[in-house]
Amino acid sequence: MLKITTDTIDPDQLRKDLFDAGAGAYCSFEGWIRNENEGHSVLRLEYEAYEPLALTEGKKILAEAQDRFPHLHAHCVHRTGLLEIGECAVWVGVSSAHRDEAFQACRYIIDQLKVRLPIWKKEHYVDGHSGWVNCERCAKSA
Amino acid sequence: MKSITVRYFAMFREAAGLGQETLQIDAATAADVFAATRHRHGSSEPSGHCKVAINDVMADWDSPVSDGDTVLLFPPVAGG
Repeated sequence: MLKITTDTIDPDQLRKDLFDAGAGAYCSFEGWIRNENEGHSVLRLEYEAYEPLALTEGKKILAEAQDRFPHLHAHCVHRTGLLEIGECAVWVGVSSAHRDEAFQACRYIIDQLKVRLPIWKKEHYVDGHSGWVNCERCAKSA
Repeated sequence: MKSITVRYFAMFREAAGLGQETLQIDAATAADVFAATRHRHGSSEPSGHCKVAINDVMADWDSPVSDGDTVLLFPPVAGG
C-alpha cells in the first residue's frame, strides 16, 4: 500500500495494518520535519507531489522490495502540503519473518523513495526566505 | 514543427511563472523540449539532475517526442 496524503500520518494505525501471523519482525522509518538545514533555521516545509507518477513509481519500489525480500508486507505514506516542525513527512513500515530482511527492506524502500518519487519540498526559513531543496544546489553545480 | 504541451513542477513552475503551456517547436527528443524551455524561461538547471516523463510515463532525455505529446519536466526530487 502506498498513499500520498495531506492528512496527518498515524503510525500506530499503519503499524496494525502490517500485523501478520507469519511475521516475526516489524521495522519502520519515520521522516520528521526538523528545524534546521544546512545552516538555515527552518520554520516549516511545503511538499508537492505529482501524484499519478508518485503512486506508480512508489508501487514499483514496494514491488521491488517484495521481490528482493520474500514474505514481506510493506506500506508507505508520504505527506504533501504544509508541514510544521516535528511532523511526520514520510512513513515506511514493513513486516517479515525475520529482522534482517525487515531492516534491509525498510532501508531499501526509503532510500529509493527519496531519489525516485516526483516529490519536492520547499523550505520556509525563519528569516522569511524560502528555497526548494536540491534545486538550488544543483543549479550552483552546473 | 510539433505541438508539445509542457508541464512544470516545483522550482520549474515558479521559474516559468506557469504550470503548463503548449509550444510549437521543432523537437525530436525530450532533451530538445527541455532545452527549448530553458532558453524560453532562462533556467540554468542541468538536465542530469532532473527527470522527465512523457504522457505520464517516466522517460529518458533521448526518448522521442511526437506531435500532441505532454512532456512533464521534473526538477531534482526531494521526497522524504
